[in-house]
Amino acid sequence: MEKFVQLTSTIVPLPNQDVDTDQIIPARFLKSTSRQGFGKNLFCDWRFDSKGKEKKDFVLNDSAYRGNILVAGKNFGCGSSREHAAWALYDYGFRAVVSSYFADIFKGNALNNGLLPVQVSEEFLTDIFSKVDRNPKIVLAIDLESQIISIQETGLSEYFEINPYKKTCLLNGYDDIDYLISKKKKIEQFEKTHIEF
Amino acid sequence: MGKTLFEKVWNNHVVEAIEGGQEILYIDRHFIHEVTSPQAFDGIRNRKIDLFRKNKIVATADHNVPTENQHLPIKDILSKFQVDTLEKNCKEFGIDLYGLGHPYQGIVHVIGPELGITKPGMTIVCGDSHTSTHGAFGAIAFGIGTSQVEQVMATQCLLLQRPKTMRITIDGELEKGVFSKDIILHIISKIGTAAGTGYFVEYAGSVIRALSMEARMTICNMSIEMGARGGMIAPDETTFEYIKGRKFAPAGHELDKALKYWGSLFSDEDAVFDKEYFFHAEDIEPMITYGTNPGMGISITSSIPGYEEVENPLAFKRSLEYMALNAGEKLIGKRINHVFIGSCTNSRIEDLRIVANYVRGKKKAPHTRVMIVPGSKQVENQAREEGIHQILEDAGFELREPGCSACLGMNEDKIPKGEYCVSTSNRNFEGRQGPGARTMLVSPLTAAAVAIKGEIVDVREYLKEKAII
Repeated sequence: MEKFVQLTSTIVPLPNQDVDTDQIIPARFLKSTSRQGFGKNLFCDWRFDSKGKEKKDFVLNDSAYRGNILVAGKNFGCGSSREHAAWALYDYGFRAVVSSYFADIFKGNALNNGLLPVQVSEEFLTDIFSKVDRNPKIVLAIDLESQIISIQETGLSEYFEINPYKKTCLLNGYDDIDYLISKKKKIEQFEKTHIEF
Repeated sequence: MGKTLFEKVWNNHVVEAIEGGQEILYIDRHFIHEVTSPQAFDGIRNRKIDLFRKNKIVATADHNVPTENQHLPIKDILSKFQVDTLEKNCKEFGIDLYGLGHPYQGIVHVIGPELGITKPGMTIVCGDSHTSTHGAFGAIAFGIGTSQVEQVMATQCLLLQRPKTMRITIDGELEKGVFSKDIILHIISKIGTAAGTGYFVEYAGSVIRALSMEARMTICNMSIEMGARGGMIAPDETTFEYIKGRKFAPAGHELDKALKYWGSLFSDEDAVFDKEYFFHAEDIEPMITYGTNPGMGISITSSIPGYEEVENPLAFKRSLEYMALNAGEKLIGKRINHVFIGSCTNSRIEDLRIVANYVRGKKKAPHTRVMIVPGSKQVENQAREEGIHQILEDAGFELREPGCSACLGMNEDKIPKGEYCVSTSNRNFEGRQGPGARTMLVSPLTAAAVAIKGEIVDVREYLKEKAII
């Protein structure tokens, strides 16, 4: 997994609430057996019409908005557990998603792929949306070490929570799996007394 | 202080608590399917390691399989490659596979319980969010991403933050024509799609106690639709009776030992939950969704809310535009061209019996296409034995072979753009059943009634005429 330490970028605003993983990557694109290549179908049905033509009114097709940070409405990533949603966002070029609320499974999947979910307050989120409305080129800075996200234009910043273990993983590019494999002896010991009925 | 059911089962599986609040949780059973496992197998191969406990993994092909002519090679090249890859991986690593053509094949959350693999007190995971279904047996069961599938393959464990606990109690007596699907749709419509985020739910109360195992599974299945990772129900006589005699269920002395342990799995009277909700059965009517998430549900005779009644008018407007519906509109009488009966929520034998009992001697509306997809090969065969197949065929329903089918529109079973589909599945997201498809979630009985009338109906009207169920 790639390390995540700091990120400074313009943003792509998607104020919709309850963006589910079927929108992020529709099921018909889950037929691949690899982790790569999902970015081209990210938000497919919002991005393209049935003939494959770009829909002008969708933010990813608006050249005014570019960047590695997606800023989305409340309850981002709800629905299906498909990790393909995190892969698609990452493959498209996003390295962080900012929202006031994330669905559990998506949040875990994102963290396992070096895509940082930054949970901010409702006020801070509203502030970002209103700022970007006036100036599409506003820049967000995310510092994982200090757990601070700030809007560069105004200097407004907020502290965000992250599990300390997951933070260490991201800062160093570690996977959970390496950690778990290092605990194998302990797991085998547990199995000796664990009864499964 | 006493312990909740969740805490009892969770504590029994903690290998180690590590710094920062994470815990290493041991997983008793791991279900895998063709869509979310191939990348995990690749990961295992890349690390040059073997599966840690292959006998704890069970595989089936369900999400991406055709639901007709399953005896023939899969036509779609990508789907075929994915299903073949599962087969190849299971062979290479020595995993039991109930693939196409196997008498146990079916939707992963249907076959686990029906084979007696799912048992009380277990921890169960699968790369599918509806793994919460298995919680109906008093198991901790939840969906995971593919990286976690790989973790379980490599170590039989997951690194997790312990969720908070929530109890939802439903007391009273259900009205005729109201089913477990209506209960869960009612709950989600009241508390919303994110109320459960960070929680594990226990369903309790007299209504839950009176439900069959299959009805309980429907409720636990949709826990994820309120954001909860999982939902569970304390095992009781209903649970034990359901398990006894199934293929992989314990028997004899083993069963006696198991029963003793299973009997201890309930929330202690003085256990404290982080959050509690209470509902009355009398307030629950047959439900239907009108919007683009499962929380946008109403009782079937009500009107869609007005703009002044909703929390987020902008999101509400967007949903209604997608669904081509209006605020304040009633759904009764709306013409419906597509009905889908199936999915891990409602494709078990009881669901098919409910549908068949209603449909017997009737014909579907001429303009309505009705797809009915059994949850497993065993359900399909049972339906045949009971004559359900004949009843449904006579009614003009399309009986298909087991799979996830039009619930998620991965295979060719899709609803055309702009069409309404009254569906017994679990998600009414935009495009879920095919690009532009408009899904309305209901119970199997309501779906059956809609299929016959060809429009949205309150099934209670018809139950009055004849005592059907």
